[in-house]
Amino acid sequence: MKNENTPEPVSLPEEMLQRWEERGVGRREFMKFCSTMAATLALPVSFIPKIAEALEADNRPPVIWLEFQSCSGDSEALLRANAPTAAELILDHLSIEYAEVIMAAAGHQAEQAKNEAIEKYKGKYIAVVEGSIPMKDGGVYCTIGGESALNIARKVCGNAAVTIAVGSCATFGNIPAAAPNPTGAVGVRKAVPGATVLNLPGCPLNAENLTAAIVHFITFGKLPAVDGLNRPLFAYGKRIHDNCERRSHFDAGQYAEKFGDPGHRKGYCLYKLGCKGPETFHNCPTVRYNEGVSWPVMAGHGCIGCSEPQFWDAMTPFYRRLPKVPGFGIEATVDKIGIGLAAATAVAFGAHGVISALRKGDESDKVKKEE
Amino acid sequence: MLEIRYVWEWPVRLTHWINVLSITVLSVTGFYIGHPFYTATETAQYIMGWNRFIHFVFAYLFTVSVIVRIIWAFMGNRYASWRVFFPWASREGRKGMIETFKFYTFLEKKTPDVVGHNALAAMAYLVIFALFLLQIVTGFVLYGQFAPGGFWATVFGPLLVAFGAQSMRLTHHIIMWLLIGFSIHHVYSSWLMDVKEKNGTLSSIFGGYKFVEPEDLH
Repeated sequence: MKNENTPEPVSLPEEMLQRWEERGVGRREFMKFCSTMAATLALPVSFIPKIAEALEADNRPPVIWLEFQSCSGDSEALLRANAPTAAELILDHLSIEYAEVIMAAAGHQAEQAKNEAIEKYKGKYIAVVEGSIPMKDGGVYCTIGGESALNIARKVCGNAAVTIAVGSCATFGNIPAAAPNPTGAVGVRKAVPGATVLNLPGCPLNAENLTAAIVHFITFGKLPAVDGLNRPLFAYGKRIHDNCERRSHFDAGQYAEKFGDPGHRKGYCLYKLGCKGPETFHNCPTVRYNEGVSWPVMAGHGCIGCSEPQFWDAMTPFYRRLPKVPGFGIEATVDKIGIGLAAATAVAFGAHGVISALRKGDESDKVKKEE
Repeated sequence: MLEIRYVWEWPVRLTHWINVLSITVLSVTGFYIGHPFYTATETAQYIMGWNRFIHFVFAYLFTVSVIVRIIWAFMGNRYASWRVFFPWASREGRKGMIETFKFYTFLEKKTPDVVGHNALAAMAYLVIFALFLLQIVTGFVLYGQFAPGGFWATVFGPLLVAFGAQSMRLTHHIIMWLLIGFSIHHVYSSWLMDVKEKNGTLSSIFGGYKFVEPEDLH
């Protein structure tokens, strides 16, 4: 008997699969990619043909990839992406017009390619921004071809269909914006307030989430649903802590006390080593990094909250549960202050009590009255 | 002639003791959540799970208690009224503030004659109630993170965006210590006033009655 809840088996048209095979993408590989994208975007299986169709259609948007104050970690993450490989992504799925790290052109040629792309695809291309944008002193701290990062971002993002800010620098400023933030670095949303920005924080970004966001845009013609920080819910809608494979040890009360101790070797929870999984929203535990091979907590290191705003300031010290008390240069933890406060209160009132007890003669009127 | 006066109505006493109980339980369980000092020997023990469960149950109990007390500040008798928590707003209150301050700093030997809260105590309770509310808000902000898009996340989510989870966590933790510090002060002060005023301050929070010398009240 057929279960009514069983979804229809998904099949893609034979000709479509053949066309992909001709391009060097095996049918199994293509099916796998479409399924992975549907799963990452939390879409039902029935959407797989729709995704395949969208990828097949020749309306893939051109991409301008900008890089400002960053370490190129997000470019690197993209180049190492394997589902699809960077080559596939660049040559088949998208038309990347400008990306400093991977483009062949250099110097004036590169700038010309960018300007031509802006003109040619005005309002249609996707701008991807990597790195933070310095605002201080007229933006002199990051200039490309004589133009400030701020001006480039305004021009490119302002004329784009959508802007995707990749990595924690482009989204929240990250390390360049960490206190005291000498360059006045900010994320794209702050630098270009008018642009439609999707934030994909993470240090580096997870290339799978970028691919999924682009596939969503190609398939539905719009950006995915976002949270309060403009991060897509499909990737940042759940807390790391709630999907962590060490969660059962957290609930049980089993914690690694030190790196390399028996608890750590048994895979116990890294909470006491300062894991920031309980305050970080990302799909690391489910999607993981490097083709789903591993992610920090799986490898034995606590989450440092790299995809949260200002993580370099807010999530430090990385190996303690609570942040430093602001305004104190010393390593004063709040518990020490708390115990000190409670003890000082006890001492102060104890002293008050002693003085009160030693004072004679007070209240004597009242005592007489009562007699 | 001494007069027995009904000062603390039952909702005041009930919420007071529920607050005492829940602050104690919440501090103990909360301290464990922030600093799990005991490591379980087997996975089946579920120690953190129980701690968090108890913490959340008492968080709701405490929240309801604080809300009831706030409502009672508008419904109860004049000793429970919200007006007493703003002593600087009235002439009598300002006088009470100065008298109480003098007594506490040994400048004056006689205790000020009050039936309900003394002026400085009332001011402290106003701060404590503000801390209660802040503790409830930061608590539910952190609690709401388990269900993005859920009720608490919708209500308090903007705070998470504005201040960040870590500052919420730190605030929640600091307030715990402030409330512990306050408890020490509170127990001491009530003992002191019980000894000095001889009006049944300590027992009044159990039974509700105080002994008042009407001549002393101006």
